[in-house]
Amino acid sequence: MSMEAITDKHGVKRYLITLNVNGDSYTKVVKGNTVLVNVLRDDLDLTGTKKGCELGDCGSCTVLMDGKPVNSCLVLAVEADGREITTIEGLAQHEQLDRLQDSFVNHAAVQCGYCTPGMIMSAKALLSKNPDPTEQEVREAIAGNLCRCTGYVNIVKAVLAAAKAEGGAAR
Amino acid sequence: MSDNYAVIGKNLPKIDGRVKVTGQAKYTGDLKFPNMLVGKILTSPHAHARILSIDTAEAEKLPGVKAVITHEDVPGLKYGISPARWDENIFCIDKVRFVGDKVAAVAAIDEETVYKALKLIKVEYEVLPAVMDPIEAMREGAPQIHDEYPGNINTEVHQSFGDVEQAFAEAYHVRTDQFIGQRTYQSPIEPHSAISIWEGGKLTVYTSTQSPHYFQYYIAREFGLKMGDVRVIKTYVGGGFGGKLEPTGLEFAGAVLSRITGRPVKMFYDRHEMFAHNRGRHKQIMKVTTGVDKNGKILGVHADFIMDGGAYTSLGIATAYYAGAMLPLTYEFDNYKFDMLRVYTNLPACGAQRGHGAPQPRYAFECHLDMVAGDLGMDPMELRLRNARQPNTVTPNAFQVNSCELKACIEKGVEISGWKDKRGKLPPGRGIGGAVGSFVSGAGYPIYRTNLPHAAAIIKVHEDGTAATLYTGATDIGQGSDTILCQMAAEAMGYNYENMKIVSADTETTPHDFGAYASRQTLMSGAAVKQAGEEVKAQLLEIAAEMMDVAAEDLDCREAWIYRKANPDERKPFTEVAREFFVRRGPLVGRGSYTPPKLGGTFKGAPVGTSPAYSFCTQISEVEIDEETGEVDVKEVWDVHDCGKVINPALLHGQVHGALYMGMGESIWEEVVFDDKGKIVNGNLGEYRLPTALDMPKITSELVDSVEPAAPWGVKEVGEGATIPTMGCFANAIYDAMGVRIHSLPLSYEKVWRALKDKRKKEEKK
Repeated sequence: MSMEAITDKHGVKRYLITLNVNGDSYTKVVKGNTVLVNVLRDDLDLTGTKKGCELGDCGSCTVLMDGKPVNSCLVLAVEADGREITTIEGLAQHEQLDRLQDSFVNHAAVQCGYCTPGMIMSAKALLSKNPDPTEQEVREAIAGNLCRCTGYVNIVKAVLAAAKAEGGAAR
Repeated sequence: MSDNYAVIGKNLPKIDGRVKVTGQAKYTGDLKFPNMLVGKILTSPHAHARILSIDTAEAEKLPGVKAVITHEDVPGLKYGISPARWDENIFCIDKVRFVGDKVAAVAAIDEETVYKALKLIKVEYEVLPAVMDPIEAMREGAPQIHDEYPGNINTEVHQSFGDVEQAFAEAYHVRTDQFIGQRTYQSPIEPHSAISIWEGGKLTVYTSTQSPHYFQYYIAREFGLKMGDVRVIKTYVGGGFGGKLEPTGLEFAGAVLSRITGRPVKMFYDRHEMFAHNRGRHKQIMKVTTGVDKNGKILGVHADFIMDGGAYTSLGIATAYYAGAMLPLTYEFDNYKFDMLRVYTNLPACGAQRGHGAPQPRYAFECHLDMVAGDLGMDPMELRLRNARQPNTVTPNAFQVNSCELKACIEKGVEISGWKDKRGKLPPGRGIGGAVGSFVSGAGYPIYRTNLPHAAAIIKVHEDGTAATLYTGATDIGQGSDTILCQMAAEAMGYNYENMKIVSADTETTPHDFGAYASRQTLMSGAAVKQAGEEVKAQLLEIAAEMMDVAAEDLDCREAWIYRKANPDERKPFTEVAREFFVRRGPLVGRGSYTPPKLGGTFKGAPVGTSPAYSFCTQISEVEIDEETGEVDVKEVWDVHDCGKVINPALLHGQVHGALYMGMGESIWEEVVFDDKGKIVNGNLGEYRLPTALDMPKITSELVDSVEPAAPWGVKEVGEGATIPTMGCFANAIYDAMGVRIHSLPLSYEKVWRALKDKRKKEEKK
């Protein structure tokens, strides 16, 4: 890593990183092993991004990094330096929910809600590159997001309906 | 008239939908308090070992560590959710009983320091022989896990109704089969978490719980505190499914760490620790014998079961009774015998997972009945129809069944699945199978003995009548109780759902309720809410009668308008009357509570399985089997439910989808696996193999008309019932597809492949 490190008095190296999160720029000092999800939750108080396994299995911590969905528990904070990060808090514009968020509410796709932010972020990434996905494409896009409540039935419906609604708008 | 409701029966959006899609909903792990510490529990690396010494000196010296505690620092009083067997300590005193048993805990300024400190605690163990299998555990000379329970027998059940031997003697055909279940784990996506704040003699706990009441009760008991000095607050909860019903080391150790340090302490389990804490489904070994007459009428059944309880009781006594108590609900027969041994092993303790004790026995019984039908040359669904329970009947174990549309469920399932054109007629490799189930709508008796009502509610109308807040102890863990209870409140008051607010599951601000288990809240909490709403309405109509100069009985209220029944155009807005009420009489408040009638028989264990009402359902599935690999590809599943009057159809079908999903995972993939030292091999979501969106088939969820007389508006449960028939219906579909019977869960690809191989060998020999 070409990044410059500051070494503290215990000999631990720390790095200065700049993250662009939901359109705002933040500069933070992190350790080499700090993961992105902890910077978002602990330093920036963006607790909409959830931790379910810290192993990359559940997808609850999914955020967009330069538009691509990533498990933020598997991304080092230093890897996110200079990147554009979108979290669930960045989707709604003021009072106006994103179509996906609206659709999740209207299709009863939310039960306990713990997987919901990650699920919506994965769906957001899908619809950004594929505005008119098939059901199979939706299932593939959210296959890395585990939900224990819904059997995915209404989640798949909600994503397909949001795609339809979005297709109707000028894109 | 029955469907003339303004608020219930409608697909209204969840009251917490918006905060959950925006990321604003705070779960316990999302909360922060000033000066908060992080705590973790040190657990045992051995399945069975004597603790010789614990040295915490090094850990205490680590900068940032604020407290290290062991059994010497906490009350020695044993606890457990089942009062008949309190067998757990906050920390182990003399020995550890499974890999993951609690030994010590640390509080420090951050997570990194906590983990470092845990490694510095030195525990000296004398490793003892361990036993992982319930049959082995009962053998003479097996390691003794608890001194108080010889032979490692935790619970023994022997119930007999009618005369089973006589029934078998008179039967045209008697058959016995044995099946084996597996250990599964609830795996909510949110890990358990608790924040304890012990300040000035008062303990406040924010926690991921299914029952603030039981947490409050057991925490107060453990520390000798008054109930009023323990406040348990449920935050948003990321799923429970039975795994968050009882307080854990997180609450007990966290409370002590907070008392010692004088600071808030956040404790949590990571994913592996969740598997180790467990309280998931018991593995059951199930022998079932049934005698039938020539026409397939069931004359008698003997269920002879053994269950692996793990190292502690948890809710396992109830599980042991439930396993047998629920079997006679679906079919009418008079002679029934049930024997059960729940056995201690050196594995994590098992408890109540969705369907509490009933799904595995149901798998065994429904497979067994398909085999009986095969012996008789009968269509298996026809056999079920002939035996299906009728409304207004009593089971041999003395459960009163009021509404019951099981026959209609079977008939509709057969129709919509195309059963008659498919059973035995699908192309090779493809098959269809069915099973039925039933579940309680709330337990007739609470977990510990008390005469408290089961549910209570308060509704407070805001001073200007533009909003009303429902205060309820009912616990929303994602299933949607906050939403449907607000619908019920609005219906009973004659108000609008959109103006309802809710405060729920906080022992200091909301009235008592036992919480989210045994599928109880729609019926029981709903009954309390209905009463509270009606009390609000009655008071409003009284004031309105004065304002409109008519008699109160001539008025009614609906969708926030108070009107004369004889002339609905003569009306006043709810807001105006509510405001006037406040001016004249002060706060407008309605109260309600619910206690079930006295239910059940007088024999030992009679309360378990009693309920004011029972749901019924049929599931049918169609599968395709890959003959080369044994892979089970589920094509489609149909669920037809009798769950009484439906309050919110969208949420109801969501429960069926989720229950089916969980049942499907348990049927085909899920199993917690241990090595020979008692260590979990697959303690993560990937290898445990939760089903993904790509695994799920097409699901059709349908209802039959039904109204339960013993319930508010005729409601019944749905959340657990739909998990019960699933495993049996898949096993029966696999049999139809390939002619092989899988006698153990999960019905894994490997087992199917091996069964196919054995079948081919046998055919070659012929």
